[in-house]
Parts: sequence; structure tokens; C-alpha cells
Amino acid sequence: MTESRSGYIREINGPILRIHLPGGRNGEQVRIGSLDIVGEIIALEGDDAIVQAYESTDGLRPGEAVHGLGHPLTVELGPGLLQGIFDGVQRPLQEIASIAGDNIPRGLRIHSLDRERAWQFSPTDGLEPGGQVAAGTRLGTVQETETIEHRILVPPTVSGELIDLAPAGNYTLDSTIARVRDAQGKVHKLALYHRWPVRQARPYSRRDHGVEPLITGQRILDTFFPLLKGGKGAVPGPFGAGKTMVQQQVARWSNADIVIYVGCGERGNELVDVLESFPQLQDPYTGRGMMERTLLIANTSNMPVVAREASIYVGMTMAEYFRDQGYDVVMLADSTSRWAEALREVAGRLGHMPVEEGYPAYLGSRLAAVYERAGRVETLGGGRGSVTLIGAVSPPGGDFSEPVTSHTKEIIQTFWALSKELADARHYPSVDWVDSFSQDVSIAAGWWAKEISGAWSSRRTQALSLLARDAELSRIVNLVGPEALSSAQRWELEGAALVKEAVLQQSALDEADTYCSPNKQFQLLELVMQVFDQGKELIALGAPVQELAEHPILARIRRAKSTWRSDEGDQLAAFASEVYKAFSALRSEYASGQEALP
Amino acid sequence: MSEVEYRRAKAAQGGLLIVEGVEGIAFGDRVRIRDHRGRRRNGQVIRAAEQETLIQVFEGTDDIDMDNTWVRFLDQPLTLTVSPGLLGRVFNGIGEPRDGRPPIVDGEARGISGSAINPAARNYPREFIQTGISTIDGLNSLVRGQKLPIFSASGLPHNRLAAQIVRQARLPGEATNFAIVFAAMGVSYSDARFFRESFSDSGVLGNVVMFINHADDPPVERLALPRVALTAAEYLAFDLDRHVLVVMTDMTHYAEALREVATAKGDVPARKGYPGYLYSDLAEIYERSGRIRDRHGSVTMVPVVSMPSDDITHPIPDLTGYITEGQIVLSRELNNQGVYPPVDIAPSLSRLMKDGIGKDDTRDDHPRVANQLYALYAKAQEARNLASIIGAEELTARDQRYLEFARDFDQRFVGQGEDENRSIIETLNLAWELLSRFPRDALTRVSETDLAHYHRAGESPA
Repeated sequence: MTESRSGYIREINGPILRIHLPGGRNGEQVRIGSLDIVGEIIALEGDDAIVQAYESTDGLRPGEAVHGLGHPLTVELGPGLLQGIFDGVQRPLQEIASIAGDNIPRGLRIHSLDRERAWQFSPTDGLEPGGQVAAGTRLGTVQETETIEHRILVPPTVSGELIDLAPAGNYTLDSTIARVRDAQGKVHKLALYHRWPVRQARPYSRRDHGVEPLITGQRILDTFFPLLKGGKGAVPGPFGAGKTMVQQQVARWSNADIVIYVGCGERGNELVDVLESFPQLQDPYTGRGMMERTLLIANTSNMPVVAREASIYVGMTMAEYFRDQGYDVVMLADSTSRWAEALREVAGRLGHMPVEEGYPAYLGSRLAAVYERAGRVETLGGGRGSVTLIGAVSPPGGDFSEPVTSHTKEIIQTFWALSKELADARHYPSVDWVDSFSQDVSIAAGWWAKEISGAWSSRRTQALSLLARDAELSRIVNLVGPEALSSAQRWELEGAALVKEAVLQQSALDEADTYCSPNKQFQLLELVMQVFDQGKELIALGAPVQELAEHPILARIRRAKSTWRSDEGDQLAAFASEVYKAFSALRSEYASGQEALP
Repeated sequence: MSEVEYRRAKAAQGGLLIVEGVEGIAFGDRVRIRDHRGRRRNGQVIRAAEQETLIQVFEGTDDIDMDNTWVRFLDQPLTLTVSPGLLGRVFNGIGEPRDGRPPIVDGEARGISGSAINPAARNYPREFIQTGISTIDGLNSLVRGQKLPIFSASGLPHNRLAAQIVRQARLPGEATNFAIVFAAMGVSYSDARFFRESFSDSGVLGNVVMFINHADDPPVERLALPRVALTAAEYLAFDLDRHVLVVMTDMTHYAEALREVATAKGDVPARKGYPGYLYSDLAEIYERSGRIRDRHGSVTMVPVVSMPSDDITHPIPDLTGYITEGQIVLSRELNNQGVYPPVDIAPSLSRLMKDGIGKDDTRDDHPRVANQLYALYAKAQEARNLASIIGAEELTARDQRYLEFARDFDQRFVGQGEDENRSIIETLNLAWELLSRFPRDALTRVSETDLAHYHRAGESPA
């Protein structure tokens, strides 16, 4: 607190304060009043500063002292992040619960990362004192959890001559593990952690393009609207459409190295669900506990609005930190609308001129700036890492033309639009195949062709066009009734229903179905499309649609997804050949029947 | 300081009073006001500046003049005095008795704004509450610690439904230590009386705390009322280990009062004139429900939200839906058909249902049965739409069956008596009665085992 300057409160208006603080800087952190609550300067007017407080301002009085801390909002980055649960300004909630009980008190001074715990550090082989290190050079590693090795890098702001490096051993976060002399001769003491200002993107060498899809184990996402590692996706949907469920499924099953879940303005009870269920889940890729690769940021809707605004940046900074270590990180932001509303709320209190729906004019640029921090990069250390950002959007009344959804749509590459109608019919995940899109299908197709099957791309297109036909035919049925359709058209309706029920619908609560491997995804798609094709041939041969549609084997196809788990591909394949046999038996029946006709 | 009275009112309008030249007044503090006739009013500081203090006056600013208005700053936040003596009492929006009995003095004064429950200290709600209402228990189950609003509209029986929930809500097979907090904002005298009689008839009056602000009471008082009521609820739940059911009616009146004050204050409006902080404000209220680790009680909330012009996308129901864990939506159409309770199952939802039902809680088939009913009902709605265009006679046999199903579903499953308390097993058996009209192959959302156990093909009445 050597650089600390003092001032006093002039006015308190909810979370916004006017303070007198000569020399204050935009973005600077302040400690306010006898309650010692934390805030951030968001505007300057002469010697006055406008401050937004991260905590409730009840009980503060004009005239109370304010201290400028001389630095912006930063987070601590180092071992101890994983398995943690933090609030919107990186305060550790579990620690707070053990110190302060059920509710969150104000003015708490607490470190984000545990200072007592010692971590076993192994220095990088061949790194000798006297040698040069640069930003991003790996100093060593800490095995933070069984699955994740925490790579201790030289922070982005430091480079120069390595004076010394600690030998292998146990160190707490505060101990110095290396010293570096920079070009100016200044000596930097490096610890296992460092701080980084959250509103500043962490540097990298260069941007790289996405090369492979993020596998989420959800058929409608992976097969139909793929998102690349390092991509930007959005999940818009009205309340009750299942946004949180989609996000949680992605958090659970995606093949990323690290998952950061930011509950931004979320329901307390739903965050507890994540907190209680994740530790019991198994990572399908490593077989270890899911929490070992997960980090949660919990800002419930009743926590102060300003911390909500900060939470997205806090999450993003942590994501970039793991990206810099060479990991593929998925960050889920649930929901960016709550974040945008926090912006609006603060803007409203400051009297900013509202533009659309009361949002300030800078909504679009702020949103774009957040999403643009996602991407696949070549790190400073020369490796590859990625941050995939998936933002939930909660449009008022489910209207996708509202400002947050429309601005988001311009920025992202993959759009998973959730539909109220599908959710009302309990068609989950309620991702609408008409409104959704992915701009990265061709890159994903390359991966699927290489890893699973060359037929993926054509099967996917066939299924989508069948669904489009279904929408078209349904309109006709709604106008003139099903009698107006030909047999072939009615089979198309049946085929589309089969795609919906056997492929698109996926139960998060069903043990066998909740995660679907790429292989099983393709098997199911192939099975359904084969059945459709063969049915079409049968109908051309004169088989009645009704008989095919009510064939008992269709009910078994619909249940196939929950009958066999992803690791039971052989059984599923055996079932598929049983189905094909049944159909070829039918075909020979009808083919011969036709021949028999004069 | 609290003994000093200031005569420095500078402006008064729309429930707000501006006092100038009093320094060091804390934001959120309580204020006592004496007007020219010597009447007491209560207020709260909602903006504190060096030279000017903005006060919202709970009794309103009618009949206030500048010269003879005396303001005393009490140097303490708004509080409610809590003690077991709260039970059985009736208060106004700021916790003053309105039942003619003396105020509670022998308790602890607690700030009404409450602070956020640490998510790490919460317990996930998973105890199924049986309300005896099939559409809720079977399809949108309520669990302890949940907030499940009733979305209604003018003329619909939301009060009767809320009262029925209060009368019947029990944990199956457990005599519980329960309490009811009734928070009424801007309700009519007849509605308030209806609830009081309903509590009294079922003999629970001694377990009820009522906070009542009538339609003709000052709107500003409605801003404090839910916070006062929830302070009582939290005390009963987390200090006295009670399972508290909070019924709040009508949240729309609350939001309108908020808009009134915001407009008077000059806040920038966001949607439909409501301030940008409506979401955060509602969240501060709704998020006070829940369960806390190592505490025995719970706060379960059933707020009533009336949708202006039946519009579910109106900001109040919309923002509520984003905060609460689901919603029970009432339908005018069903109500017109004489179906009680007129619950429209399609938009209704309970987000916490999944962990409160099933083998150990209700019955193994419950989640799948709910799923199956929803899927069939959605198909039946399509058939209904089709029938309205081409006529029911033109439908295929399959669609005819859907129509029949939908009719019986509305009448027998959704519809029930106001005193009919169905156990969850009765509800599920009734569901299977309806499902059994479909051949087994048509029921793809239930498992083979369910079908073997409960499907009664051929037994259905001819």
C-alpha cells in the first residue's frame, strides 16, 4: 500500500459512488470506507472519480475515506486454481464459507490462492543459471491434479538472464523459485504464481486457425453444428429451453483439457448442482474425477451486479493462462445476457444515453472484445493452445432479434439456437436445426473423415435436408391433411421423425445416452439413414407406408441410443446388421411379390 | 444523531423526499418523518450525497409540505425484530403490526436486505414436496428450497391454487415442522381475506406469519415488504429449523412500485419503463430461497406473477423466469373450459425436478412417465391444430387417439378438485391409465421394464 492515495466519498447511489480522489486512474482498484469494501474506478471527472463497488454499499456515508490501490483488477494465476470455486472477483468461496459461514460478508481480505499449501515443483531439465529465458519459457512443472500438470512459465512481462532456479522440492506460492535479470539490470523474483489484469488480453506469438472440432458427446452439436477448438459459440434460448443443461453437458463431456465454467448471474441452486455433481462425475477421456480439470466461477444473480460484469473477464484471463501452458481450454459463460445487463445497469446509473432496449452504445464493441479473446494460438513459449468460448444468451421473451443475441450472432462461428417449442415438447437438447448454424463444417468434416468415416459429411447433409423436407411437408399437412401426401412423402415424414427421436434427442439424465462418442454418433446416424433409404426403396416396390412405420423394429431403433453405451459399439453394430437383415427380408418379400404380379 | 430532527425538506414527489444540508447520512439507513399534522412516516435513504439526501417514504409523500416536515435519521438500517412470537401475527410492509397487537420487542433486530448466500454453503434441493396436485407433482415437481412461481393473469385462479398448495404441501410420509410466510403486495381486501380464511380453515393460522399491503396502501411500502417477509422466513428456517413455504402475491405489483420510484428518481428506463436493475432487484428477493448446509430448515418460495395482458414475454415474468427454477403457467383457455387448476403443462417447467424424483424419492418410472406424457401431449396439440383446420373426422386413427388422449388428459389429469389431494402414486397410476390407451410401441420414452410393470394394454375400458 505504499503507492496508496486517499480521498473521500461524495455520493452513494446504489453500487455507484462518486469519490474525491485526485490522481485516480481509470480501472484502478479502491478500498472504500470503514467497511473496507472493494470497487473500481470507471470514470474520471476532474479530481472526482466514479467508482463501481463489487460489494453492497449499504451503510456507507458521504465523507468516509477512500484509498486508491494503484493497480487495476487482477487475478492470481498459479497452482490451486483447478477444482476451485471463486466468485466474480476471484475470491475463493469455499475458504470464505469456512471462515465466515453461510453468507458472504463485506470487506473481506483474503488471498485467491491458498498460501499455506506447498506444491511439489520440478524444474525444467537443462535450464541453467546464466542462460536466457523469455516470456513463456517453461521454468518447471507442478502436478496440480492427477490429470493436469501445471506448467510454471515465465510471466509475459519478464525476460532476461536466469540468475537462479529452485531445485525440485516443495514450495508455497510465496516462495521465490527463480530470479531473472532483465536487459535494464532489474532483478525479477518469480514465484509459482503471478498476477494479471483481467481486462487485458494475455499476449501470444500469433493467431492460428482451428484444426479440429471440440467433441462434446452431444449428437446435435458434434454431428450437425460442430464447433472447433478455439472457436466461438453461442447458445441462445428463452428461459426453460435448456441453455444451462446444454452448457453443463459440454462442461461435463467435452474433450478439452481444462473447463472453466462461469456462472454469471446464475441461480444459486443450479451452481450447487454443479458443485455437488461434478466431483462425482468421471472424465470419459481419462477416467479421473471431472473436477480435476474444472474451475468454477460462481456469481449468483443476487451478488452485486458489478462483480457480475467482472466475472467474464476473470474467467477469460484464467482461460488464457492455461492456454499459454499449451492446453485446450473451454470456457462456458452462462449467461452473457446477464453480463450485458450488468453493463446496462451500470450505464443506466451513470446516466449514459441508452440506445437499443436501454443498452449503452458500446454493447456491441464490448461483446466483440470478449469473444475475440477466444482462439487457437501459438503461445509465447512456442506451443499450441486454445480457448473455446461458449456463451449462453438469454434473449428476453426468446426474441433472437434483441441486441445481445444479434450482436453475438455477428461475432461467433457456431450458433446453437434453442427452441421453446422443442423444449415444450421435451425434445432435448432443444437445439433448433433450422436456426442453428456452424461456419466450420468443412474443417470438422476433414476430422470426421479421417477419424470416423468418409461418409459423415454426406450423411449429415442428407439428414439435414430430410429435416428441411419435413418442415415443408408438415406445412402441407397442416393445411390440407396427411391424405394429400404421397407414400414417398409420408415415408419422408417418418424418416425425419426417426432422425429426431433416434439421433437428435439425447437425454442428459440417461446413463447410456448422456455421452455419445463420435463413433456411436456416426453409427446411429448411419443406421437411421440406411433405414430411411431402404424404406424408400421398399415403398417404391409397393410396400405400404403404414406397415413400415409401425414395424416394431423402429421402436427398437429409437431406443438404441440408450440401450448401448458408447463403449458398446460392437453390440450396436450387431443390432444394425439385424436391422438391415430385417429390411432385406422385407425387400425380397416385396420384390418377389411384385414379380409375382402379372 | 438519531435524536436530532431536521426541517430541511427541499422537494417531495412520487414517494420521494429530498433533504438538504445534512451530512454523513449512511446509504440505506432508516428515517423517521413527522409531517405537519404530527403523523409519523417511515423512510429509507436511497441516495446519499454530501449536500443532499434522497429518501423513499413508505407511506408516500401525499399531504407533505416543505416547512413543517421534520426528518430524523435513525442511524441504523431497516430491520425486523425476529422472535418465535412472529408466528400467528399480521404485519404491514415494514414489519409493524396490523393486527392490533403490540409490536414484537423481545427479539433480535435483523437487517432486511440480507446478504447473498455463499453458493459453497448451499445444499442442493432434492426433497420432493407432495402438493397433491397432479400437474405439479407428476410433471413439474416442487422440491424443498426451490423457487417455483405461478405465472398467471387477471381472472385466473392463482390464489386458489396457491392456497391449495399451502394446505396440501407435505413431504410424503413425514410430519413436518413447517411454517408459512405470506407476503401480499397490493392485494385486494377480498384476496387477503380469502387467504386468511383458508389458513384458518385448515387450522394452520398459528404457523403463519402474514405481511400485508393492500391495493390501496402506499406502493412504496411494497418495496420493503418482500425483504421484510424473507427476513422472517430465513429466521424461521435457519434459526428455528422450520421448513418455510413463502407465498408472495403479486410480484407484478412489486415491480410496478419499483418502476414508480425509479421513474420519480429519474433512473434511465430499460424495458417498458422498468429500470435496468429490475433483474438484480428481483434476484435479491428470489435468491433468498434455498437450503443451507448443516441447517435443518429450508425456504421454499411460491411467488405469484401475473402476466400483464397474458404476455409471458413481459419483462416481469420474463426476468422472473430467468431467476426462478421453473414456472407453473396458468392458461385462460383451460380455465374457460372449466378445468381447475388450469395449468398449461407445455410452458410449465420445474428445473429441480430431476433430482427430487425417481426410485428413492417417488417411484422409479416417474421421470420417464413425465417425459412420455409431455411428448404425447405435444403430439396431441399438433393433432388438435390439424383437427381445427381439416376437421376431426379427417384425422388418421393415430391422430384421433391423440385427440382423445388430450381431452382425457385435460379433464382427468390436469383437472382435479380444489380439495382433492392426490398422492404421487395416485398421480402416476392415473398417468399410466392414460398411457395404456397407446400400444407399447408408441411409448418410446418409457423403458421396457416400465411397460411390463405398469402398461395395462387391453384392460383399458372399452
